[in-house]
Amino acid sequence: MPDDDNKKSVGNEVVEQIAHLARIQIDAGSVADYAAEMSGVLELAAQMDQVDTDSVEPMAHPTHAVQRLRDDVVTETDRRDAFQNIAPSVENGYYLVPPVIE
Amino acid sequence: MHTLTLAAMRSSLESGEFSSVELCQHLIDRIKTQNETLNAFVSITEEQALADAAVADEQRASGNIAGPLHGLPIAHKDIFCTENVRTSCGSRMLENFIPPYNATVVEKLKAAGAVCLGKTNMDEFAMGSSNENSYFGVVRNPWDTDRVPGGSSGGSAAAVGGRLVPACTGTDTGGSIRQPAAFCGITGIKPTYGRVSRYGMIAFASSLDQGGPMATTAEDCALLLNEMAGFDERDSTSIDRPSDNYTESLTGSIDGIKIGLPKQYFDSGLDASIAASLQQAIAELEKLGAKFVDIDLANQHLAVPAYYIVAPAECSSNLSRFDGVRYGHRCEDPADLEDLYKRSRAEGFGREVKRRILVGTYALSAGYYDAYYVKAQKIRSLISQDFSQAFESVDFILGPTTPGPAFKIGEKVSDPVSMYLNDIYTIPANLAGLPGISMPCGDVDGLPVGLQLTGNYFDEARLLNIAHQYQTVTDWHTRVPGL
Repeated sequence: MPDDDNKKSVGNEVVEQIAHLARIQIDAGSVADYAAEMSGVLELAAQMDQVDTDSVEPMAHPTHAVQRLRDDVVTETDRRDAFQNIAPSVENGYYLVPPVIE
Repeated sequence: MHTLTLAAMRSSLESGEFSSVELCQHLIDRIKTQNETLNAFVSITEEQALADAAVADEQRASGNIAGPLHGLPIAHKDIFCTENVRTSCGSRMLENFIPPYNATVVEKLKAAGAVCLGKTNMDEFAMGSSNENSYFGVVRNPWDTDRVPGGSSGGSAAAVGGRLVPACTGTDTGGSIRQPAAFCGITGIKPTYGRVSRYGMIAFASSLDQGGPMATTAEDCALLLNEMAGFDERDSTSIDRPSDNYTESLTGSIDGIKIGLPKQYFDSGLDASIAASLQQAIAELEKLGAKFVDIDLANQHLAVPAYYIVAPAECSSNLSRFDGVRYGHRCEDPADLEDLYKRSRAEGFGREVKRRILVGTYALSAGYYDAYYVKAQKIRSLISQDFSQAFESVDFILGPTTPGPAFKIGEKVSDPVSMYLNDIYTIPANLAGLPGISMPCGDVDGLPVGLQLTGNYFDEARLLNIAHQYQTVTDWHTRVPGL
Protein backbone atom coordinates (compact mmCIF):
# COMPACT_ATOMS: atom_id res chain seq x y z
CA MET A 1 0.00 0.00 0.00
CA PRO A 2 1.50 3.34 -1.00
CA ASP A 3 1.84 5.99 1.68
CA ASP A 4 -0.61 8.89 1.82
CA ASP A 5 1.58 11.55 0.26
CA ASN A 6 2.37 9.42 -2.77
CA LYS A 7 -1.30 8.71 -3.21
CA LYS A 8 -2.35 12.29 -3.78
CA SER A 9 0.09 13.42 -6.42
CA VAL A 10 1.85 11.97 -9.41
CA GLY A 11 5.10 13.16 -10.93
CA ASN A 12 6.19 13.27 -14.56
CA GLU A 13 7.82 9.85 -14.52
CA VAL A 14 4.61 8.25 -13.21
CA VAL A 15 2.62 9.88 -16.02
CA GLU A 16 5.09 8.51 -18.57
CA GLN A 17 4.89 5.02 -17.06
CA ILE A 18 1.07 5.05 -16.94
CA ALA A 19 0.85 6.45 -20.49
CA HIS A 20 3.03 3.55 -21.63
CA LEU A 21 0.76 1.03 -19.85
CA ALA A 22 -2.27 2.67 -21.47
CA ARG A 23 -0.51 2.74 -24.87
CA ILE A 24 -1.02 6.47 -25.35
CA GLN A 25 1.78 8.66 -26.61
CA ILE A 26 2.09 11.86 -24.59
CA ASP A 27 4.20 14.74 -25.92
CA ALA A 28 7.06 15.64 -23.62
CA GLY A 29 5.63 19.16 -23.44
CA SER A 30 2.31 18.09 -21.93
CA VAL A 31 3.52 15.53 -19.37
CA ALA A 32 3.61 18.11 -16.57
CA ASP A 33 0.06 19.27 -17.37
CA TYR A 34 -1.23 15.71 -17.22
CA ALA A 35 0.63 15.20 -13.93
CA ALA A 36 -1.08 18.26 -12.44
CA GLU A 37 -4.53 17.25 -13.72
CA MET A 38 -4.18 13.66 -12.55
CA SER A 39 -3.01 14.89 -9.16
CA GLY A 40 -6.14 17.06 -8.94
CA VAL A 41 -8.37 14.04 -9.55
CA LEU A 42 -6.43 11.91 -7.05
CA GLU A 43 -6.73 14.68 -4.47
CA LEU A 44 -10.49 14.60 -5.02
CA ALA A 45 -10.43 10.81 -4.66
CA ALA A 46 -8.48 11.09 -1.41
CA GLN A 47 -11.65 12.48 0.21
CA MET A 48 -12.79 8.86 0.34
CA ASP A 49 -10.19 8.24 3.05
CA GLN A 50 -12.35 10.26 5.47
CA VAL A 51 -14.50 7.17 5.92
CA ASP A 52 -13.43 3.90 7.49
CA THR A 53 -14.55 1.18 5.11
CA ASP A 54 -12.71 -1.80 6.60
CA SER A 55 -15.92 -3.70 7.26
CA VAL A 56 -17.72 -2.65 4.04
CA GLU A 57 -18.11 -5.04 1.11
CA PRO A 58 -17.13 -3.52 -2.27
CA MET A 59 -20.01 -3.13 -4.70
CA ALA A 60 -19.33 -4.30 -8.24
CA HIS A 61 -22.85 -4.33 -9.64
CA PRO A 62 -25.74 -2.01 -8.82
CA THR A 63 -28.33 -4.72 -8.33
CA HIS A 64 -25.88 -7.45 -7.29
CA ALA A 65 -26.80 -9.51 -10.32
CA VAL A 66 -24.68 -12.51 -11.18
CA GLN A 67 -23.42 -13.34 -14.63
CA ARG A 68 -26.23 -14.82 -16.66
CA LEU A 69 -25.34 -17.87 -18.73
CA ARG A 70 -26.89 -18.67 -22.07
CA ASP A 71 -27.42 -21.98 -23.79
CA ASP A 72 -24.32 -23.31 -25.48
CA VAL A 73 -25.54 -22.86 -29.04
CA VAL A 74 -24.13 -20.91 -31.96
CA THR A 75 -25.81 -17.51 -32.22
CA GLU A 76 -23.29 -15.55 -34.28
CA THR A 77 -23.41 -15.52 -38.04
CA ASP A 78 -20.33 -15.11 -40.24
CA ARG A 79 -19.98 -11.39 -40.86
CA ARG A 80 -16.26 -11.26 -41.41
CA ASP A 81 -16.54 -9.25 -44.61
CA ALA A 82 -18.76 -6.63 -42.99
CA PHE A 83 -16.39 -6.32 -40.05
CA GLN A 84 -13.25 -6.19 -42.17
CA ASN A 85 -14.80 -3.57 -44.40
CA ILE A 86 -14.37 -1.01 -41.65
CA ALA A 87 -10.80 -1.97 -40.71
CA PRO A 88 -7.94 0.41 -41.52
CA SER A 89 -5.91 -2.28 -43.32
CA VAL A 90 -6.74 -5.86 -44.31
CA GLU A 91 -5.44 -8.41 -46.78
CA ASN A 92 -6.84 -11.85 -47.67
CA GLY A 93 -9.12 -11.80 -44.64
CA TYR A 94 -6.37 -10.80 -42.21
CA TYR A 95 -5.91 -7.55 -40.31
CA LEU A 96 -2.59 -5.96 -41.25
CA VAL A 97 -0.20 -4.45 -38.68
CA PRO A 98 3.52 -3.57 -38.89
CA PRO A 99 5.86 -6.61 -38.62
CA VAL A 100 5.97 -7.91 -35.03
CA ILE A 101 8.85 -10.38 -35.49
CA GLU A 102 11.99 -9.14 -37.27
CA MET B 1 -45.66 22.13 -35.97
CA HIS B 2 -42.24 21.79 -34.32
CA THR B 3 -43.45 22.90 -30.87
CA LEU B 4 -45.89 19.99 -30.62
CA THR B 5 -45.13 17.13 -28.25
CA LEU B 6 -44.58 13.65 -29.60
CA ALA B 7 -48.02 12.68 -28.27
CA ALA B 8 -49.63 15.64 -30.07
CA MET B 9 -47.76 14.83 -33.29
CA ARG B 10 -49.08 11.30 -33.03
CA SER B 11 -52.69 12.57 -32.79
CA SER B 12 -52.14 14.85 -35.77
CA LEU B 13 -50.72 12.01 -37.86
CA GLU B 14 -53.67 9.84 -36.87
CA SER B 15 -56.23 12.51 -37.74
CA GLY B 16 -54.47 13.28 -41.02
CA GLU B 17 -53.78 16.89 -40.10
CA PHE B 18 -50.34 16.42 -41.61
CA SER B 19 -48.32 13.50 -42.95
CA SER B 20 -45.12 12.01 -41.60
CA VAL B 21 -43.29 13.29 -44.69
CA GLU B 22 -44.55 16.83 -44.09
CA LEU B 23 -43.60 16.65 -40.43
CA CYS B 24 -40.13 15.21 -41.04
CA GLN B 25 -39.41 17.63 -43.87
CA HIS B 26 -40.42 20.57 -41.68
CA LEU B 27 -38.13 19.41 -38.87
CA ILE B 28 -35.21 18.64 -41.20
CA ASP B 29 -35.46 22.15 -42.66
CA ARG B 30 -35.49 23.53 -39.13
CA ILE B 31 -32.52 21.38 -38.10
CA LYS B 32 -30.53 22.58 -41.11
CA THR B 33 -31.17 26.23 -40.24
CA GLN B 34 -30.74 26.05 -36.48
CA ASN B 35 -27.84 23.62 -36.48
CA GLU B 36 -25.53 26.31 -37.83
CA THR B 37 -25.87 27.96 -34.42
CA LEU B 38 -26.59 25.06 -32.07
CA ASN B 39 -24.36 22.33 -33.59
CA ALA B 40 -26.71 19.81 -31.96
CA PHE B 41 -26.56 17.33 -34.85
CA VAL B 42 -23.43 15.66 -36.21
CA SER B 43 -25.32 13.83 -38.97
CA ILE B 44 -28.64 14.57 -40.64
CA THR B 45 -30.01 11.47 -42.35
CA GLU B 46 -32.40 13.38 -44.60
CA GLU B 47 -32.71 10.96 -47.49
CA GLN B 48 -33.32 7.88 -45.36
CA ALA B 49 -35.63 9.77 -42.99
CA LEU B 50 -37.85 11.04 -45.80
CA ALA B 51 -37.92 7.59 -47.42
CA ASP B 52 -38.90 6.01 -44.09
CA ALA B 53 -41.53 8.70 -43.51
CA ALA B 54 -42.99 8.06 -46.97
CA VAL B 55 -43.22 4.34 -46.22
CA ALA B 56 -44.88 5.16 -42.87
CA ASP B 57 -47.46 7.33 -44.65
CA GLU B 58 -48.20 4.61 -47.21
CA GLN B 59 -48.55 2.03 -44.47
CA ARG B 60 -50.87 4.28 -42.53
CA ALA B 61 -53.02 4.82 -45.61
CA SER B 62 -53.43 1.06 -45.92
CA GLY B 63 -54.21 0.65 -42.22
CA ASN B 64 -50.89 -0.97 -41.41
CA ILE B 65 -49.41 0.61 -38.25
CA ALA B 66 -45.92 -0.58 -37.27
CA GLY B 67 -46.20 0.47 -33.62
CA PRO B 68 -46.93 3.27 -31.17
CA LEU B 69 -44.31 5.57 -32.73
CA HIS B 70 -45.45 5.07 -36.32
CA GLY B 71 -44.05 7.84 -38.49
CA LEU B 72 -42.84 9.92 -35.53
CA PRO B 73 -39.50 11.74 -35.81
CA ILE B 74 -36.72 11.15 -33.28
CA ALA B 75 -32.92 11.39 -33.24
CA HIS B 76 -30.26 9.20 -31.66
CA LYS B 77 -27.33 10.27 -29.57
CA ASP B 78 -24.26 9.44 -31.65
CA ILE B 79 -23.24 6.77 -29.10
CA PHE B 80 -25.87 4.32 -30.40
CA CYS B 81 -24.65 2.23 -33.32
CA THR B 82 -26.72 2.75 -36.45
CA GLU B 83 -26.24 0.34 -39.34
CA ASN B 84 -24.72 2.10 -42.35
CA VAL B 85 -24.87 5.50 -40.60
CA ARG B 86 -21.65 6.93 -39.20
CA THR B 87 -21.47 6.60 -35.38
CA SER B 88 -18.69 8.82 -34.09
CA CYS B 89 -19.31 8.95 -30.33
CA GLY B 90 -18.02 12.54 -30.52
CA SER B 91 -14.51 11.27 -31.22
CA ARG B 92 -11.90 11.56 -33.92
CA MET B 93 -11.23 7.88 -33.15
CA LEU B 94 -14.59 6.99 -34.72
CA GLU B 95 -14.82 9.87 -37.20
CA ASN B 96 -15.24 7.38 -40.07
CA PHE B 97 -16.80 4.46 -38.20
CA ILE B 98 -19.84 3.05 -39.97
CA PRO B 99 -21.31 0.29 -37.81
CA PRO B 100 -22.36 -2.95 -39.48
CA TYR B 101 -25.26 -3.35 -37.03
CA ASN B 102 -27.92 -1.46 -35.05
CA ALA B 103 -27.97 -1.03 -31.28
CA THR B 104 -30.92 -2.80 -29.66
CA VAL B 105 -32.42 0.59 -28.74
CA VAL B 106 -32.19 1.72 -32.37
CA GLU B 107 -33.71 -1.54 -33.55
CA LYS B 108 -36.59 -1.36 -31.07
CA LEU B 109 -37.51 2.26 -31.80
CA LYS B 110 -37.38 1.52 -35.51
CA ALA B 111 -39.65 -1.49 -35.02
CA ALA B 112 -42.10 0.77 -33.15
CA GLY B 113 -42.28 2.92 -36.28
CA ALA B 114 -40.02 5.85 -35.30
CA VAL B 115 -38.25 7.76 -38.07
CA CYS B 116 -34.65 8.72 -37.25
CA LEU B 117 -33.74 12.22 -38.50
CA GLY B 118 -30.07 12.03 -37.55
CA LYS B 119 -27.43 11.63 -34.88
CA THR B 120 -26.82 14.14 -32.11
CA ASN B 121 -23.57 15.64 -30.89
CA MET B 122 -22.09 14.62 -27.54
CA ASP B 123 -19.02 14.83 -25.34
CA GLU B 124 -16.37 12.45 -26.64
CA PHE B 125 -17.21 8.91 -25.47
CA ALA B 126 -19.84 10.51 -23.18
CA MET B 127 -17.13 11.98 -20.96
CA GLY B 128 -18.13 15.50 -20.03
CA SER B 129 -20.76 17.74 -18.52
CA SER B 130 -20.75 20.57 -21.06
CA ASN B 131 -20.40 19.13 -24.57
CA GLU B 132 -17.16 21.06 -24.91
CA ASN B 133 -15.30 17.74 -25.26
CA SER B 134 -16.75 16.84 -28.66
CA TYR B 135 -14.36 16.45 -31.60
CA PHE B 136 -17.18 17.98 -33.67
CA GLY B 137 -17.28 21.20 -31.69
CA VAL B 138 -19.21 22.63 -28.79
CA VAL B 139 -23.02 22.47 -28.76
CA ARG B 140 -24.80 25.68 -27.79
CA ASN B 141 -27.65 26.01 -25.34
CA PRO B 142 -30.86 27.10 -27.17
CA TRP B 143 -31.77 29.36 -24.21
CA ASP B 144 -28.50 31.31 -24.42
CA THR B 145 -26.06 30.41 -27.15
CA ASP B 146 -23.09 31.66 -25.08
CA ARG B 147 -23.80 28.86 -22.64
CA VAL B 148 -23.26 25.11 -22.62
CA PRO B 149 -26.18 22.70 -23.09
CA GLY B 150 -24.73 20.33 -20.48
CA GLY B 151 -23.39 16.93 -21.28
CA SER B 152 -22.71 14.40 -22.28
CA SER B 153 -26.06 14.13 -24.12
CA GLY B 154 -25.85 17.86 -24.92
CA GLY B 155 -26.75 17.54 -28.60
CA SER B 156 -29.91 15.59 -27.74
CA ALA B 157 -30.88 18.11 -25.04
CA ALA B 158 -30.24 21.15 -27.26
CA ALA B 159 -32.12 19.53 -30.16
CA VAL B 160 -35.20 18.81 -28.04
CA GLY B 161 -34.96 22.08 -26.08
CA GLY B 162 -34.63 24.07 -29.33
CA ARG B 163 -37.59 22.10 -30.77
CA LEU B 164 -35.58 20.70 -33.66
CA VAL B 165 -36.92 17.23 -32.89
CA PRO B 166 -39.55 16.19 -30.32
CA ALA B 167 -37.54 13.42 -28.67
CA CYS B 168 -34.08 11.89 -28.60
CA THR B 169 -32.23 9.03 -27.05
CA GLY B 170 -29.54 9.75 -24.49
CA THR B 171 -27.25 7.89 -22.15
CA ASP B 172 -26.46 8.57 -18.52
CA THR B 173 -23.31 7.38 -16.75
CA GLY B 174 -23.05 10.15 -14.14
CA GLY B 175 -25.89 12.47 -15.10
CA SER B 176 -25.55 12.68 -18.89
CA ILE B 177 -29.32 12.58 -19.51
CA ARG B 178 -30.53 14.50 -16.46
CA GLN B 179 -27.96 17.33 -16.31
CA PRO B 180 -28.34 18.46 -19.97
CA ALA B 181 -32.13 17.99 -19.65
CA ALA B 182 -32.03 20.46 -16.74
CA PHE B 183 -29.82 22.94 -18.61
CA CYS B 184 -32.02 22.89 -21.73
CA GLY B 185 -35.43 22.91 -20.00
CA ILE B 186 -36.57 19.43 -21.01
CA THR B 187 -37.51 16.12 -19.35
CA GLY B 188 -35.17 13.15 -19.28
CA ILE B 189 -35.17 9.86 -17.41
CA LYS B 190 -32.29 7.56 -16.57
CA PRO B 191 -33.88 4.17 -15.96
CA THR B 192 -32.72 1.55 -13.46
CA TYR B 193 -29.36 0.06 -14.44
CA GLY B 194 -30.08 -2.88 -16.75
CA ARG B 195 -33.60 -1.76 -17.75
CA VAL B 196 -32.57 -0.56 -21.24
CA SER B 197 -30.20 -2.69 -23.30
CA ARG B 198 -26.61 -1.52 -23.67
CA TYR B 199 -26.06 -3.64 -26.79
CA GLY B 200 -24.66 -1.40 -29.50
CA MET B 201 -24.34 1.54 -27.11
CA ILE B 202 -20.65 2.39 -27.13
CA ALA B 203 -19.32 1.56 -23.66
CA PHE B 204 -17.86 4.16 -21.30
CA ALA B 205 -18.25 2.78 -17.73
CA SER B 206 -20.16 -0.45 -18.00
CA SER B 207 -21.40 -0.74 -14.41
CA LEU B 208 -22.93 2.76 -14.65
CA ASP B 209 -24.00 3.32 -18.29
CA GLN B 210 -27.72 3.38 -18.96
CA GLY B 211 -29.70 4.62 -21.96
CA GLY B 212 -32.96 6.54 -21.70
CA PRO B 213 -35.30 8.98 -23.43
CA MET B 214 -35.18 12.80 -23.54
CA ALA B 215 -38.26 14.78 -24.58
CA THR B 216 -40.21 17.87 -23.63
CA THR B 217 -42.67 16.02 -21.37
CA ALA B 218 -42.81 13.02 -19.07
CA GLU B 219 -45.60 11.64 -21.23
CA ASP B 220 -43.31 11.65 -24.29
CA CYS B 221 -40.51 10.04 -22.26
CA ALA B 222 -43.01 7.31 -21.29
CA LEU B 223 -43.94 6.77 -24.95
CA LEU B 224 -40.28 6.26 -25.82
CA LEU B 225 -39.33 4.24 -22.76
CA ASN B 226 -42.17 1.81 -23.46
CA GLU B 227 -40.32 0.85 -26.62
CA MET B 228 -36.74 1.14 -25.33
CA ALA B 229 -37.05 -0.87 -22.11
CA GLY B 230 -36.92 -4.62 -21.81
CA PHE B 231 -34.73 -7.66 -21.53
CA ASP B 232 -32.08 -8.25 -24.18
CA GLU B 233 -30.20 -11.52 -24.56
CA ARG B 234 -27.33 -9.63 -26.17
CA ASP B 235 -26.57 -7.48 -23.11
CA SER B 236 -25.25 -9.66 -20.29
CA THR B 237 -26.27 -7.05 -17.69
CA SER B 238 -29.78 -6.61 -19.05
CA ILE B 239 -32.37 -7.50 -16.41
CA ASP B 240 -34.74 -10.34 -17.19
CA ARG B 241 -37.89 -8.86 -15.77
CA PRO B 242 -40.93 -7.56 -17.65
CA SER B 243 -41.11 -3.77 -17.94
CA ASP B 244 -44.18 -1.78 -16.97
CA ASN B 245 -46.48 0.02 -19.35
CA TYR B 246 -45.23 3.54 -18.73
CA THR B 247 -48.00 5.38 -20.58
CA GLU B 248 -50.91 3.50 -19.02
CA SER B 249 -49.66 4.35 -15.54
CA LEU B 250 -49.73 8.11 -16.17
CA THR B 251 -53.22 8.35 -14.71
CA GLY B 252 -52.67 7.62 -11.04
CA SER B 253 -53.12 10.15 -8.26
CA ILE B 254 -50.00 11.01 -6.30
CA ASP B 255 -52.03 11.74 -3.18
CA GLY B 256 -50.25 10.35 -0.13
CA ILE B 257 -46.94 9.67 -1.89
CA LYS B 258 -43.98 10.25 0.44
CA ILE B 259 -41.02 12.21 -0.88
CA GLY B 260 -37.74 12.57 0.98
CA LEU B 261 -35.73 15.78 0.99
CA PRO B 262 -32.07 14.97 1.72
CA LYS B 263 -30.59 17.71 3.86
CA GLN B 264 -27.32 17.23 1.94
CA TYR B 265 -29.05 18.41 -1.27
CA PHE B 266 -30.21 21.72 0.17
CA ASP B 267 -26.99 22.86 1.83
CA SER B 268 -24.90 25.94 1.12
CA GLY B 269 -23.50 24.54 -2.17
CA LEU B 270 -26.85 25.06 -3.88
CA ASP B 271 -27.57 28.25 -5.85
CA ALA B 272 -30.21 30.24 -3.89
CA SER B 273 -32.42 30.84 -6.90
CA ILE B 274 -32.44 27.11 -7.71
CA ALA B 275 -33.41 26.38 -4.11
CA ALA B 276 -36.29 28.88 -4.45
CA SER B 277 -37.53 27.17 -7.64
CA LEU B 278 -37.44 23.81 -5.88
CA GLN B 279 -39.44 25.17 -2.95
CA GLN B 280 -42.13 26.32 -5.39
CA ALA B 281 -42.21 22.89 -7.01
CA ILE B 282 -42.45 21.25 -3.59
CA ALA B 283 -45.46 23.45 -2.84
CA GLU B 284 -47.09 22.38 -6.13
CA LEU B 285 -46.50 18.72 -5.38
CA GLU B 286 -47.92 19.20 -1.87
CA LYS B 287 -51.10 20.57 -3.45
CA LEU B 288 -51.30 17.31 -5.42
CA GLY B 289 -51.14 15.40 -2.14
CA ALA B 290 -47.44 14.53 -1.86
CA LYS B 291 -46.02 14.44 1.68
CA PHE B 292 -42.47 15.63 2.32
CA VAL B 293 -40.07 14.43 4.98
CA ASP B 294 -36.43 15.29 5.68
CA ILE B 295 -34.00 12.45 5.14
CA ASP B 296 -30.29 11.88 5.57
CA LEU B 297 -28.02 10.58 2.81
CA ALA B 298 -24.85 10.74 4.88
CA ASN B 299 -22.30 9.64 2.28
CA GLN B 300 -23.50 11.73 -0.68
CA HIS B 301 -20.45 13.99 -0.56
CA LEU B 302 -18.28 10.98 -1.41
CA ALA B 303 -20.17 10.16 -4.61
CA VAL B 304 -18.11 12.42 -6.87
CA PRO B 305 -14.74 11.19 -5.51
CA ALA B 306 -15.83 7.54 -5.85
CA TYR B 307 -17.26 8.11 -9.32
CA TYR B 308 -14.04 9.68 -10.60
CA ILE B 309 -12.23 6.47 -9.74
CA VAL B 310 -14.86 3.90 -10.82
CA ALA B 311 -15.75 5.59 -14.13
CA PRO B 312 -12.15 6.22 -15.31
CA ALA B 313 -11.13 2.70 -14.25
CA GLU B 314 -13.89 1.13 -16.32
CA CYS B 315 -13.25 3.56 -19.19
CA SER B 316 -9.55 2.68 -19.30
CA SER B 317 -10.53 -0.96 -19.68
CA ASN B 318 -13.37 -0.40 -22.19
CA LEU B 319 -11.41 1.98 -24.40
CA SER B 320 -8.48 -0.40 -24.70
CA ARG B 321 -10.42 -1.87 -27.63
CA PHE B 322 -9.47 1.16 -29.74
CA ASP B 323 -6.14 -0.06 -31.03
CA GLY B 324 -6.06 1.19 -34.61
CA VAL B 325 -6.27 -2.38 -35.93
CA ARG B 326 -9.85 -3.54 -36.38
CA TYR B 327 -11.69 -0.24 -36.78
CA GLY B 328 -11.31 3.41 -35.88
CA HIS B 329 -8.47 5.83 -36.37
CA ARG B 330 -4.99 4.58 -37.38
CA CYS B 331 -1.92 6.81 -37.42
CA GLU B 332 0.18 7.25 -40.58
CA ASP B 333 3.31 5.12 -41.14
CA PRO B 334 3.64 3.33 -37.79
CA ALA B 335 7.23 2.27 -37.06
CA ASP B 336 6.13 -0.83 -35.16
CA LEU B 337 3.08 -2.24 -33.40
CA GLU B 338 3.64 -0.27 -30.20
CA ASP B 339 4.00 2.95 -32.18
CA LEU B 340 0.78 2.05 -34.02
CA TYR B 341 -1.13 1.68 -30.75
CA LYS B 342 0.35 4.71 -29.04
CA ARG B 343 0.05 7.22 -31.84
CA SER B 344 -3.35 5.99 -33.06
CA ARG B 345 -4.71 6.44 -29.54
CA ALA B 346 -2.91 9.75 -28.97
CA GLU B 347 -4.34 11.18 -32.20
CA GLY B 348 -7.77 9.55 -31.93
CA PHE B 349 -8.64 10.54 -28.36
CA GLY B 350 -9.17 14.07 -27.03
CA ARG B 351 -7.74 15.52 -23.87
CA GLU B 352 -10.48 14.57 -21.38
CA VAL B 353 -10.66 11.00 -22.65
CA LYS B 354 -6.88 10.62 -22.34
CA ARG B 355 -6.96 12.13 -18.87
CA ARG B 356 -9.59 9.63 -17.74
CA ILE B 357 -7.80 6.67 -19.32
CA LEU B 358 -4.63 7.69 -17.47
CA VAL B 359 -6.42 8.14 -14.13
CA GLY B 360 -8.17 4.80 -14.62
CA THR B 361 -5.00 2.98 -15.61
CA TYR B 362 -3.29 4.44 -12.54
CA ALA B 363 -6.15 3.46 -10.21
CA LEU B 364 -6.08 -0.11 -11.53
CA SER B 365 -2.31 -0.50 -11.48
CA ALA B 366 -0.49 -2.79 -9.05
CA GLY B 367 -0.17 -1.25 -5.59
CA TYR B 368 -2.99 1.23 -6.13
CA TYR B 369 -5.91 -1.07 -6.92
CA ASP B 370 -7.01 -1.50 -3.28
CA ALA B 371 -6.38 2.13 -2.33
CA TYR B 372 -8.48 3.49 -5.18
CA TYR B 373 -10.69 1.05 -7.04
CA VAL B 374 -11.69 -1.22 -4.15
CA LYS B 375 -12.04 1.80 -1.87
CA ALA B 376 -14.35 3.47 -4.39
CA GLN B 377 -16.43 0.30 -4.67
CA LYS B 378 -16.80 0.26 -0.90
CA ILE B 379 -17.94 3.90 -0.90
CA ARG B 380 -20.36 2.87 -3.59
CA SER B 381 -21.81 0.29 -1.19
CA LEU B 382 -22.26 2.95 1.49
CA ILE B 383 -24.03 5.31 -0.91
CA SER B 384 -26.27 2.51 -2.08
CA GLN B 385 -27.07 1.51 1.53
CA ASP B 386 -28.02 5.12 2.33
CA PHE B 387 -30.56 5.02 -0.49
CA SER B 388 -31.95 1.61 0.55
CA GLN B 389 -32.42 2.89 4.06
CA ALA B 390 -34.15 6.05 2.81
CA PHE B 391 -36.50 4.04 0.60
CA GLU B 392 -37.71 2.15 3.67
CA SER B 393 -39.55 5.32 4.71
CA VAL B 394 -40.08 7.31 1.48
CA ASP B 395 -41.26 6.52 -2.08
CA PHE B 396 -39.06 9.08 -3.84
CA ILE B 397 -36.23 11.49 -3.21
CA LEU B 398 -36.38 15.06 -4.52
CA GLY B 399 -33.52 17.44 -5.10
CA PRO B 400 -31.93 19.74 -7.64
CA THR B 401 -30.51 18.21 -10.83
CA THR B 402 -27.57 20.62 -10.91
CA PRO B 403 -25.94 23.07 -8.46
CA GLY B 404 -26.63 26.04 -10.80
CA PRO B 405 -28.10 26.86 -14.22
CA ALA B 406 -26.17 26.37 -17.50
CA PHE B 407 -22.72 27.95 -17.29
CA LYS B 408 -20.84 29.90 -19.93
CA ILE B 409 -18.89 28.12 -22.66
CA GLY B 410 -15.23 28.04 -21.61
CA GLU B 411 -15.97 28.83 -17.96
CA LYS B 412 -14.90 25.48 -16.53
CA VAL B 413 -12.72 23.88 -19.20
CA SER B 414 -9.42 24.67 -17.52
CA ASP B 415 -10.44 23.13 -14.19
CA PRO B 416 -11.55 19.49 -14.57
CA VAL B 417 -12.44 19.07 -10.89
CA SER B 418 -14.82 22.06 -10.89
CA MET B 419 -16.42 20.61 -14.03
CA TYR B 420 -16.77 17.23 -12.29
CA LEU B 421 -18.60 18.83 -9.36
CA ASN B 422 -21.44 19.78 -11.69
CA ASP B 423 -22.66 16.19 -11.44
CA ILE B 424 -22.74 16.16 -7.65
CA TYR B 425 -26.53 15.55 -7.47
CA THR B 426 -26.83 13.13 -10.38
CA ILE B 427 -23.88 10.76 -9.77
CA PRO B 428 -25.31 9.06 -6.64
CA ALA B 429 -28.18 7.45 -8.61
CA ASN B 430 -25.69 5.99 -11.11
CA LEU B 431 -23.50 4.55 -8.37
CA ALA B 432 -26.54 2.90 -6.79
CA GLY B 433 -28.10 1.96 -10.18
CA LEU B 434 -31.36 3.76 -9.33
CA PRO B 435 -33.72 5.47 -11.78
CA GLY B 436 -33.85 9.28 -11.83
CA ILE B 437 -35.77 11.87 -13.77
CA SER B 438 -35.09 15.56 -14.37
CA MET B 439 -37.86 17.95 -15.33
CA PRO B 440 -38.03 21.73 -15.68
CA CYS B 441 -39.36 23.51 -12.58
CA GLY B 442 -38.31 27.13 -12.84
CA ASP B 443 -36.27 29.86 -14.39
CA VAL B 444 -33.17 31.78 -13.30
CA ASP B 445 -32.53 34.87 -15.44
CA GLY B 446 -34.07 33.21 -18.47
CA LEU B 447 -32.29 29.89 -17.94
CA PRO B 448 -34.19 26.68 -17.10
CA VAL B 449 -33.91 24.98 -13.70
CA GLY B 450 -34.16 21.22 -13.32
CA LEU B 451 -35.77 19.21 -10.55
CA GLN B 452 -34.61 15.67 -9.97
CA LEU B 453 -36.62 12.81 -8.54
CA THR B 454 -34.87 9.56 -7.72
CA GLY B 455 -36.90 6.38 -7.31
CA ASN B 456 -36.36 2.88 -6.04
CA TYR B 457 -35.26 0.11 -8.45
CA PHE B 458 -37.70 -0.38 -11.36
CA ASP B 459 -39.98 2.43 -10.18
CA GLU B 460 -39.84 4.26 -13.53
CA ALA B 461 -43.61 4.10 -14.02
CA ARG B 462 -44.36 5.97 -10.80
CA LEU B 463 -41.48 8.41 -11.43
CA LEU B 464 -42.89 9.28 -14.83
CA ASN B 465 -46.36 9.61 -13.32
CA ILE B 466 -45.28 12.11 -10.65
CA ALA B 467 -43.51 14.16 -13.32
CA HIS B 468 -46.59 13.92 -15.55
CA GLN B 469 -48.96 14.98 -12.74
CA TYR B 470 -46.66 17.92 -11.98
CA GLN B 471 -46.66 18.86 -15.67
CA THR B 472 -50.46 18.84 -15.80
CA VAL B 473 -50.56 21.68 -13.25
CA THR B 474 -47.45 23.66 -14.28
CA ASP B 475 -46.19 25.05 -17.59
CA TRP B 476 -42.40 25.13 -17.26
CA HIS B 477 -42.11 22.26 -19.75
CA THR B 478 -44.09 24.20 -22.36
CA ARG B 479 -41.72 27.17 -22.45
CA VAL B 480 -39.81 27.47 -25.69
CA PRO B 481 -36.55 29.37 -26.16
CA GLY B 482 -36.67 32.30 -28.58
CA LEU B 483 -34.39 30.93 -31.28
